[in-house]
Amino acid sequence: MDKKNVIICRCEDVTYEEIVRAFNEGYKDIESLRRYLKIGTGPCQGKTCIPLLQRILYELSGNFPQNITIRPPETPVPFGIFVNVPKK
Amino acid sequence: MEIFEHPILRFERKSKITFFFEGNPVEAYPQETVAMALYRNGINVFSYSPKLHRPRGLFCAIGKCSSCLMEVNGIPNVRTCILNVQEGMKVKRQNGLGDLPKTSEFLKSEKEYSPTVLVIGSGPAGLMASITLKEKGVDVLLIEQNPNLGGQLIKQTHKFFGSQKEKAGTRGIEIANELVKELNSLDVNYFTNTTLFSFYPRENVFLAFKDNELLKIFPKFVVFATGASEKMIPFEGNDLPNVMGAGAAQTLVNVYGIKVGTNVLMVGAGNVGLIVSYQLLQAGINVKAVVEASDKIGGYFVHAAKLTRFGVPIYTRTTIKKAVGVDKVEKAILVELDENFNETSKEFEIDVDAILLSVGLQPSYQLLAQAGCEMKYIPSLGGYVPLRSKELETSVKNFYIAGDVGGIEEASTAMLEGKLASLSILKKLGFDVEKEKEALELDLAKLRSTPFSKKILQGLKEVAYE
Repeated sequence: MDKKNVIICRCEDVTYEEIVRAFNEGYKDIESLRRYLKIGTGPCQGKTCIPLLQRILYELSGNFPQNITIRPPETPVPFGIFVNVPKK
Repeated sequence: MEIFEHPILRFERKSKITFFFEGNPVEAYPQETVAMALYRNGINVFSYSPKLHRPRGLFCAIGKCSSCLMEVNGIPNVRTCILNVQEGMKVKRQNGLGDLPKTSEFLKSEKEYSPTVLVIGSGPAGLMASITLKEKGVDVLLIEQNPNLGGQLIKQTHKFFGSQKEKAGTRGIEIANELVKELNSLDVNYFTNTTLFSFYPRENVFLAFKDNELLKIFPKFVVFATGASEKMIPFEGNDLPNVMGAGAAQTLVNVYGIKVGTNVLMVGAGNVGLIVSYQLLQAGINVKAVVEASDKIGGYFVHAAKLTRFGVPIYTRTTIKKAVGVDKVEKAILVELDENFNETSKEFEIDVDAILLSVGLQPSYQLLAQAGCEMKYIPSLGGYVPLRSKELETSVKNFYIAGDVGGIEEASTAMLEGKLASLSILKKLGFDVEKEKEALELDLAKLRSTPFSKKILQGLKEVAYE
């Protein structure tokens, strides 16, 4: 497998190779990888990539990562709805 | 790419409307979504990715994965797979993250709702939950992000297994029709095209949006029936347009009557992979092969036998190595695996224009995690699932679950769970439902008594509160 041509996070364009490299640099858990690579922080909030990332981290470390923080919003939201508009 | 004849389905296509893609007029049927209309017109590339500028297209087709984001009427990051197309709509391919709109003409009002029970998701679990509650006169608000009620039932053209009580022998689409009819006759309050995206515990408020309108929902009880989404696997070119979930192909073919491709590859020989392959054949699409990484076919023998009769080869211990193509799948490179699932040097190519993945589903747990429900990772249930009581209440008081969000199973169990969650709520509200509940629990146990349920039962034990 040519890992640099395998996309793990579509929203932020993070490849398999980048994850392995970051892991070797010391970013070994989901939260620090999120901050470092932005993996799982795009519009879909990790719905597709987090399960793949868990599997990759398990292969790299032998430990299956748990405890994932989910912050709102969990899906792309039009900005307009957050603007204070008069109630009708 | 339109399907005109189908042995089971009739596609209603009366009027036509016109919208604009990249400034060019495109014809569509008013009942279809933007993504579907584009596919009908042979357009597969919806955006170019932010860093690597790779072409991207449809993946889940049910509003979950965000692979179909485009700019619509000046608003970026719109999930085109669940947005109904409208006359004169301006749709553009998105480059990267998109730009903020320059005007405020999109702003609308906000509304507040305080239903006794909020039901999130209108699949078999959510529909059943809503019906059960409304039958007893309880005030329900049902929220669905897709344009249609019925969840994934609306694309299941096959007849269900199980017992008569759970509507076995009936096609999924017919079950959906029956339930929606019941829902309407009870006058249940529901919103489609409405996405629930956040929960804030301190204010006990759920936020949702319909078009550009904000909905604030303050419920007493909640049934989370958010279902599941399709999993992805890592291989080269896995983000190429026309690599998509098997369920997405089903949406194209069975809901909208659009061919996903001419020659397709199915990855995964579980029940979903086998059933969808057969449904594609019924729609006149050539399934070139089914590949399965393990050494045996995971799904039921009857489903595999139907494919064999059509001459579709099922290659076990084989997987996809690479999707090849410019802007769209043109061929797949397959590779044989050894007994440790490592790739061997035996590779072969097949010419296909679509690669469909049926490599498992994962529960849509995000809102539950936001709500602070205690979660656990259970592989046999598909991923993260909430801990729950026998009555389907999570660790957060008055928050209930039903269906695939609690563990991947069947539509039949989802319906029963939807009913069970509602009966549990009714009990708290002071209704006498004990007998009904006991009978239901027996039915559920019976459904889960087959050899196929063994792993699920083990998983359920691990997430059960005493």
